[in-house]
Amino acid sequence: MTEKSKYIKRADGRKFDEIREIEAKVGIIPNADGSAMFKTGGTIAIAAVFGPRTLHPQHMQNPEKGILRVNYGMMPFSVSERIRPGPNRRSQEISKVTEWALTPIIDLEGYPNTVVDVFIQIPQADAGTRVAGINAAVMALAQAGVPMKEMASAVSIGKLDKTLVVDLNKEEEDFDEGEGSTDIPICILSKSKKISLLQLDGKISIKELKEVIELAKKATEKIHEIQVKTLKEVGK
Amino acid sequence: MIMPEIQKQRIIEYIKEKKRFDGRKPDEHRKIEVKLGISNKADGSCSVKFGDTEVYAGIKMDAMEPYPDSPDEGTMVTSAELSPIASPDFESGPPRIDAIELARIIDRGIRESGFIDFKKLCIKEGEKVWQVNLDVYAVNDNGNLIDAASLAALIALANAKMPEYDEENEKVKFGEMTDNPIPLNKDAMAFNITFHKIGNEIIVDPNKEEEEISEWRLSVAVADNKGEPRISAMQKGKESAVSEEEMEKILNLVEDKYKKMIPKIKKMVWGK
Repeated sequence: MTEKSKYIKRADGRKFDEIREIEAKVGIIPNADGSAMFKTGGTIAIAAVFGPRTLHPQHMQNPEKGILRVNYGMMPFSVSERIRPGPNRRSQEISKVTEWALTPIIDLEGYPNTVVDVFIQIPQADAGTRVAGINAAVMALAQAGVPMKEMASAVSIGKLDKTLVVDLNKEEEDFDEGEGSTDIPICILSKSKKISLLQLDGKISIKELKEVIELAKKATEKIHEIQVKTLKEVGK
Repeated sequence: MIMPEIQKQRIIEYIKEKKRFDGRKPDEHRKIEVKLGISNKADGSCSVKFGDTEVYAGIKMDAMEPYPDSPDEGTMVTSAELSPIASPDFESGPPRIDAIELARIIDRGIRESGFIDFKKLCIKEGEKVWQVNLDVYAVNDNGNLIDAASLAALIALANAKMPEYDEENEKVKFGEMTDNPIPLNKDAMAFNITFHKIGNEIIVDPNKEEEEISEWRLSVAVADNKGEPRISAMQKGKESAVSEEEMEKILNLVEDKYKKMIPKIKKMVWGK
């Protein structure tokens, strides 16, 4: 940890390693086999899981095991300037990396020729939507009873000029002084501590990147606790 | 959705005795719940639930060139998404006819009633006018998305605030809000009631199963004209036809439901 990062003041008063306030809820969409809402600060993600169900088109079926399919999208009114509904290049990429982030945690060996569909929607965005989507999706998968090897939690670590901070908001993401803002979304698995999502855009040294991973581990442990607590409350 | 014939017959038998599976009377709505501000990035937003059918609606204002045939009037664009998040029956991809029809019914109900004062949405005649972008998202579909979505649209519009406009650069300052509401004609507000025919009975607010087996549906947008109902839009859907007798019955039902519901609807839309 650099000396400087300990003393950084963030616009919203958070400490450098403090995540935004989290609200989570499971079972928000009755039609789905599993569903959840994950809110972190001004970002809200809702996720629904359907399946395992028979996969169509048939040629995509895997006779050895079931597959996971993720569809991420932002609602048109979720950002300041309206975005057109429907998929775009960004949302398609996020869908794919989210799929890769979630695939290692589920075990679909016993479900050949099936698909587990995960739908993620963002009604309100204030940075970190893909990691909020992952956190919601993990809870939805657990509620749906999809066989899971472990859980996963995701957080976005940022570098503002030379300072590392945890869980960027939009204002911080747009920071443009000095070396500017570097955004590093990370997903860490709960038991194996493996990294299943890692993206980066900006500038960072190897030493700093090691710190980033340590920060992400700590932050995702806190998020994991909230996910577990929320799941235990279901049906109470 | 595929439903067993036996279940279909059961619903019809029940309806004959004016009973429904969930204990409602034929002309009874499910509990309606409203939550405001589901997205603070929208200029106005809400969630509306009819039982466990849930819809999100959001408003975003933008500035555009007016249409040549109405150079001094603002415009509105309505989109509806039957997102696969809401039902195993919905698929990803461009809007299909169901979603397109839904958006058009909502759009007409608002446009034709004169609820939005489009003349007041003119910024500079012939050059710039405000565009109201209304987006409706199904979150959970258990029937009657039409009525839930059109009520959500009214509530989102009534609670929306206009963003700042930068006159020098002729651009909207997205995210910077004024205290000004969207110019609305409060008295022209029309809400939607959709009637479905099952067996020999006409019902309102169907759940998914009832909606699936109904012979026809008729959506009626009804406004308050000095204490009397005034119809501002209609749409008949599905393959069967409505008899003269049934039409009369519906019109009586409209009057009855309107009287019972208008005070509640007004409270949901205006908060008082």
